[in-house]
Amino acid sequence: MTRLWKRWESVLVVLLVAICAVNSVASPYFLDVHNLFDSTAAFTEKAIVALSMTLVIIGRDIDLSVAAIIALCSTAIGWLATLGVGSFGLVAAGLVVGTAAGACNGAIITRFRIQALVVTIGTMSLFRGISYAVLGDTAYTSYPEGFDQLGQGALWGLVPYELLVFAILAIAFTIAVHYTVIGRRLFAYGSNPDAARYSGIAVDAHRFWFFTINGTMSGLAAVLLTSRIGATRPNIATSWELDVIAVVVLGGVSILGGSGSLPGVILAVFVLGMLTFGLGLMNVPGIMMSIVTGLLLIVAIAAPLVIRRIVPRRV
Amino acid sequence: MRSPLRGARRGPASRREAALVAIIAVLVVAISIRAPVFLSAGSLDTLITDGGILAMMALVQMLALITGGVDLSIAATMALVGMVTALVSRAHPDLPVVLTALLALGLGAVLGAVNGVLIAAVRMPPIVVTLGTMSLYRGAVFLVSGGTWVNAHEFGPGYLAFPTSRTLGITHICWIAAAVIAAGYVLLGHTARGRELYALGGNRSAARYVGIRESRALMRVYCLTGLVGGLAGYLWVARYAVAYTETALGFELQTIAACVIGGVSTAGGKGRVLGCLLGAAFLVIILNSLPMIDVSPFWQMAISGAAILGAVIVNSRAEATRRKAVRLAGSPEAPR
Repeated sequence: MTRLWKRWESVLVVLLVAICAVNSVASPYFLDVHNLFDSTAAFTEKAIVALSMTLVIIGRDIDLSVAAIIALCSTAIGWLATLGVGSFGLVAAGLVVGTAAGACNGAIITRFRIQALVVTIGTMSLFRGISYAVLGDTAYTSYPEGFDQLGQGALWGLVPYELLVFAILAIAFTIAVHYTVIGRRLFAYGSNPDAARYSGIAVDAHRFWFFTINGTMSGLAAVLLTSRIGATRPNIATSWELDVIAVVVLGGVSILGGSGSLPGVILAVFVLGMLTFGLGLMNVPGIMMSIVTGLLLIVAIAAPLVIRRIVPRRV
Repeated sequence: MRSPLRGARRGPASRREAALVAIIAVLVVAISIRAPVFLSAGSLDTLITDGGILAMMALVQMLALITGGVDLSIAATMALVGMVTALVSRAHPDLPVVLTALLALGLGAVLGAVNGVLIAAVRMPPIVVTLGTMSLYRGAVFLVSGGTWVNAHEFGPGYLAFPTSRTLGITHICWIAAAVIAAGYVLLGHTARGRELYALGGNRSAARYVGIRESRALMRVYCLTGLVGGLAGYLWVARYAVAYTETALGFELQTIAACVIGGVSTAGGKGRVLGCLLGAAFLVIILNSLPMIDVSPFWQMAISGAAILGAVIVNSRAEATRRKAVRLAGSPEAPR
């Protein structure tokens, strides 16, 4: 199993190198340090949610409501900003609302024993619906002085703060999942929930907390996104949940739970990000990315299955 | 073999359906007191036409859910088929409706077969496959149309006229939906092919041991969702007289919502045509009545979300109570 994952990550590395090579040949603007760092802004918020989504998916669940949580948090941030709350208050509000929304998912799923897919389809409508009910066809566009620094600022004018936040979280999540007992428990109940329960793991408590963390990360993504684009409309981050799940699955996490690795997901973030950036430089319209993402998702999962069928098993 | 299975299924499911009928009745009475226009012929006509498309799509979604899968790509299939038929109609305005319908069915079936091959032959999880094809088909709409719209005056006359014209006062969209639903009822309740699906969703390995061919059954299910999705795509575009990249965006979630409200289990093995229809009726009544009772349409999404959550929580409570009752009574197989 381990060998297989190592192999999957090396496929991703090769893919990433190939994409960067093609991009730098196709466009003279690709290999520019400023451009490269700038381009990460387009995917770091999704990448932050992908980290916690990885935990949810390894645990045999799924969360379709993350984009709706982003919309809800962004609405809360915008509303509080009109009341004159300062930047720190807005950041805190985004995190709190996101955490509460995630906890709401987790509580319904574990308390009533309902499939995560169904619950998060419901909360997805509910959370984004609240944004629509509050905003209608209007938008929040005024934020306190300095709030835009979070999403638009950069360390030494080069490394975006967003990317730094993602890097720190990526390291933290990798350690938590692959080097702590919490991570071991996650893989245990992800591959066999019954066995895990009988061996004394509080499965539902873990699932609850991972949904809550997923909410917190969505709240953080909402803070960064709102700060970066400086406006909240109810359709903000529409269908991001699919991009996030696609990244996680592309990163080698099994949608059936129980296996996957964070380094794989982090690599997949950059594979998709650099691909999008390259296509953007070549003036390919944004919606074409959805074809590429869809194809990549299917091919990435189908290829190993087909190869395993054709090539006889070598033990 | 069939009667004990049915007996076991009848109890809680029909009770839940009766409750849903009662809720819908209360809803209709409440809405019509507040806004009598709700019961006018025009409003009811809109309601059953919208409801017809939702109900037929919820029905095929239910087929996928019963086998323990899901089809997230149906709305994108509708959009792509709708756009292709619209473009063909723009290029050849005199194309007979029969050919348009055949094109819609054929293209829909091909798109469904792509899902089917990946799920049944390659053995990928349905949620991943249909997530992928959903992006793919939605992007393809943009690709074939170049991002342009096909507007009302560009369609051939027959294209728009047939689905919205009437027989016995009811739109052809409704008649087609009724035919699809009747076919679904016969398939699920009265054919071996249909019963197989419950067996597959209920216990996959048991189904395999009794000789049910899993891959053929799954292939059939996803071809069917594509086939009906293609037809519904044509009907949708004809009804609203416009085709664009975002046609029916998010509709897949409404079909799942209708199923879940109607008591279809997303874990597989459970779901009835009547429940599915009631779920679709509930959803379409709520969504269509909001403007009439002076609620901003911007509340639509929040209310349907709350309705889905309410329905699944009520379902799960009923389920838990039943399990408890069974435990208290003692399992029939347990020695006394």
